[in-house]
This record gives sequence, C-alpha cells and structure tokens, in this order.
Amino acid sequence: MERHFERDLEELKQRLLWMGSLAERAVHQAIHAVLDAEEHLAETVLIEEDAINEIQIEIDDRVLRLLALQQPMAADLRFLLAVSRINGDLERIGDQAVNIAQSATRIMRHPQVKPYVDLPRMSELAEGMVRDSLNALVRGDIELAHSVLQRDDQVDRLRDQLFRELLTYMMENSAVVFSAFELVLVAKNIERIGDHATNIAEDVIYFVAGRDVRHPALDRR
Amino acid sequence: MPSISQGSNATAARLAPQMRMNEPRSMAAEKEAPVRFQISDLNFFYGPKQAVFGLNLNIPKNKVTALIGPSGCGKSTFLRTLNRMNEIIRNTRVEGEILLDGQEIHSMDVVSLRRRVGMVFQRPNPFPKSIFENVAYGLRINGYKGRLDDLVESSLHRAALWDEVKDYLHKSAFALSGGQQQRLCIARALAVNPEVLLLDEPCSALDPVTTAKIEELLFHLKDSCTMAIVTHNMQQAARASDFTAFMLDGKLIEHSETSKLFTTPADPRTEAYITGRFG
Repeated sequence: MERHFERDLEELKQRLLWMGSLAERAVHQAIHAVLDAEEHLAETVLIEEDAINEIQIEIDDRVLRLLALQQPMAADLRFLLAVSRINGDLERIGDQAVNIAQSATRIMRHPQVKPYVDLPRMSELAEGMVRDSLNALVRGDIELAHSVLQRDDQVDRLRDQLFRELLTYMMENSAVVFSAFELVLVAKNIERIGDHATNIAEDVIYFVAGRDVRHPALDRR
Repeated sequence: MPSISQGSNATAARLAPQMRMNEPRSMAAEKEAPVRFQISDLNFFYGPKQAVFGLNLNIPKNKVTALIGPSGCGKSTFLRTLNRMNEIIRNTRVEGEILLDGQEIHSMDVVSLRRRVGMVFQRPNPFPKSIFENVAYGLRINGYKGRLDDLVESSLHRAALWDEVKDYLHKSAFALSGGQQQRLCIARALAVNPEVLLLDEPCSALDPVTTAKIEELLFHLKDSCTMAIVTHNMQQAARASDFTAFMLDGKLIEHSETSKLFTTPADPRTEAYITGRFG
C-alpha cells in the first residue's frame, strides 16, 4: 500500500522540477535576449519571474508541513533538506535570469561591442549544468552530479577570459564602456548560475549518498 | 527592509547557545568513551526458539543507548539479559559473554547485579504502598542503615518528582497519575544508586508532556548513570539517546551515534525501518 507521505514527497519533487524548468527557461530566454537582441524575450523573463517566486513559497510551505507532520528520517529527511536548499538556489537562478534580461534591454540601446563567441559557450555550459543537476536529482545519479561540479571551473575560466577581453575593448575605445560593462555583468550572472547549479549538484549528492561534499578543504570530523 | 519580528529574535537568541552546545563532537572522542557493558557473541533461547543471534555490542558509560526494531526483534529480550531478568522465565538459555565493568555478569550474585543494574518497565508498577515506602523499599531490603528520609527525598528529586509529591509522601502511590507513577518507579530504581538503568518502553503509556519530562530526566541522569532504552518511538530514540542500535530478527543490524543513524544510516534495512517502509 503506497503511503500518502510518499505521494506527498513525489508531488513535492514534481513541483521542484517544474520550478527548475521555469528557471531553466528564464535563463535561456534572458541569454538569448542578449545574444539575439530580442527585447520580447527579456520582457517575458521579467513577467515570468513571479511564477518562480510563487512556487518557491509553495515549496517552502510543503517542506515545512512535511517536516512538522511526518517527522521524516534518513533519506526522507535528507531529501526534504535538499529540496529546501535547491528551492533557494532555483529562485536565485531566476533572479540571475532577471538581471541578465535587464542588462539585455540596456545593451540593445547601443551598438554591439564585439561578436559573441565565449558568451554563448559560457551560457550553454551553465544551462547544461542547471539541466544536469536537476536530471541528477530525478535519477538519483551521483556521477552526473559530480560531472556538474567538475564543469564549474570551465565556466569560471570563460568568465575570466571574457573579463580580460572586455577590459581590452574598454581601454581601446571608451565609447563601448557602457555596453562592455553590461556584458561583464551578464558574464558574472551566468557564472553565478553555474555556482547555483553546483550547489544543487552538491545537495543531490548529500540526498543520495548522505555525503556532504561542500567545501572539501574543511576537515569534517 | 523587512525586520524580523521580536518573537523570532527571542527564539533565535534562545536557540543559539543550545546550538553551540550541540555542535557535533569528534567521532574519535565518542569511540573513546569508557565502556560499561561489553556484550560478545550473545545468543538467547526461549526453549528451542532462538531470540537473539550472535550479538556484539558495547554500551558506553554515562550515555543513553536506544534499542530500536520491529516488534518481536529481540530488543526487550536483549535488554533483560543485561540484568538477568530473563532467568525468571522458565526454560530459557543464554550463551556468550556479558561484561559489566569487565566482570562477567553470570558469575555475579544476581541480587547485587540487579542492584547495580536497575530496570523500569513499560507500564508503571508501583507497589501497593505509600509514595515514601515505594522509594524506601529497595533501601530497606538492602539493609540500608542511613537516614531513609534523605535518600527518599534525593531519589525523588533525581526523578523530577519531589516538587509534585513532597506534601503527600504518605499517600498511596496509586493516587498518582500514570506519568507520576512512572517517575516514582524511576525514583525507586534510583534509590539504590544503580550504575545502569534499563528502560523498556518507559513512555509508551504516557502523554507527550510527561514523556518530555522523562526524556529530560534521562538527559540529566547521564551524569551518574548509564542507560539503555527500548523504544518503538523513533523520535524518542532520536531525541533522547546518544547511540542507537537497530535490531531485526534477533540480530544487531547497525549500531552508531544516534545523529548518524537517523540521518545517514549505513544499512538499507535500517533505512527502510526508520523511514517506515517496513516493520
């Protein structure tokens, strides 16, 4: 006989994945608003942000209710703790998408600084990390979660490369400072999205294996 | 900017020192805790039926060890082997070694063993006597020559019952509520100053407020006593114990620090039991 608690956990997971898909879509649209200079995409991101915020509150309520009423243990407890943390990370990813969309609307008012080469690579990487961290949650796949952690360094390297490149453009031509500075912000936001995906992957590993892999340099007793 | 309500601040302030106190200690330190009971290769039989199989377990001194597992898994039987209470059941047999502070309990005088290893049962079982006499009884039969009044009072204090009964010491113990009767039984067990207290589902017949009192009592008794508690209540095991042992079909499946067992159990059978997926 299936317990209603398990049904509640499954429903919670589905709601979290729905939130994840909204956050993923927001990131994708925001980045394409920059890359393709599509203003309507940026507007869509701003409009849809509320949906992510609402679901964040709903998920928090569900987690709190299950903790209080079911007093879960072991894997169930780790799952609820992971969901609660992932909920926060997804909401922040939604916020980063909004920041990128706002930058996009400002960038559009100026000529393009340079052809976009590293930015699409960086955003594909970060979007892939978000997608795979959520897939790892669905499948309980620790290897996939670890692969997300490993990709974070690549995103950081691309950000540094972009920063250097944009700085050179700004030094050479002060007319591009405004647009270049906005692109710096976009790169920074994409890099933060990668960090949130990393957090999600760490939470998946904690939920599945009971291992806390955050801050590996710390001596855990 | 939204401000945190005063209530939340007060709660945070109340919780903060406790959080610091509850910081996890090193695993090594826990493992180094002196051992009160050392149980090796323990088998127990009711006639031809074996109830405990090859059990090995150390019960650390001045800690609470919880025994959990489904009904009939042998946890109460195991608990009763620790002060040889099973010997009052006919046709039972025990094999293996149980050392109390390094001394084999089966070669000890059973009365002195039970004075050192007290027991509290599921249902409160006060004697049909006054509150005072219930606590004094063990002292009298052990030939205690000191001032009974003082020891009765200190035992009732240790069992967190004194304030509720100090004006009614000569009333019948049966006039007390269930929770008070259970604490009276604990006071009675404590009066002879046992080194170990065995508790067999001591809260199963009690309401949550009384249960909280007993759990608080266990926490404070750790200074002077080693405790082993059988419970069906997972939350109670999690709240009240330092170590937890999970038994299934007469075998010890897993034994570890309570904080570890209830968050990241090592054995899938423990996981299934504590998450309510079997048993």
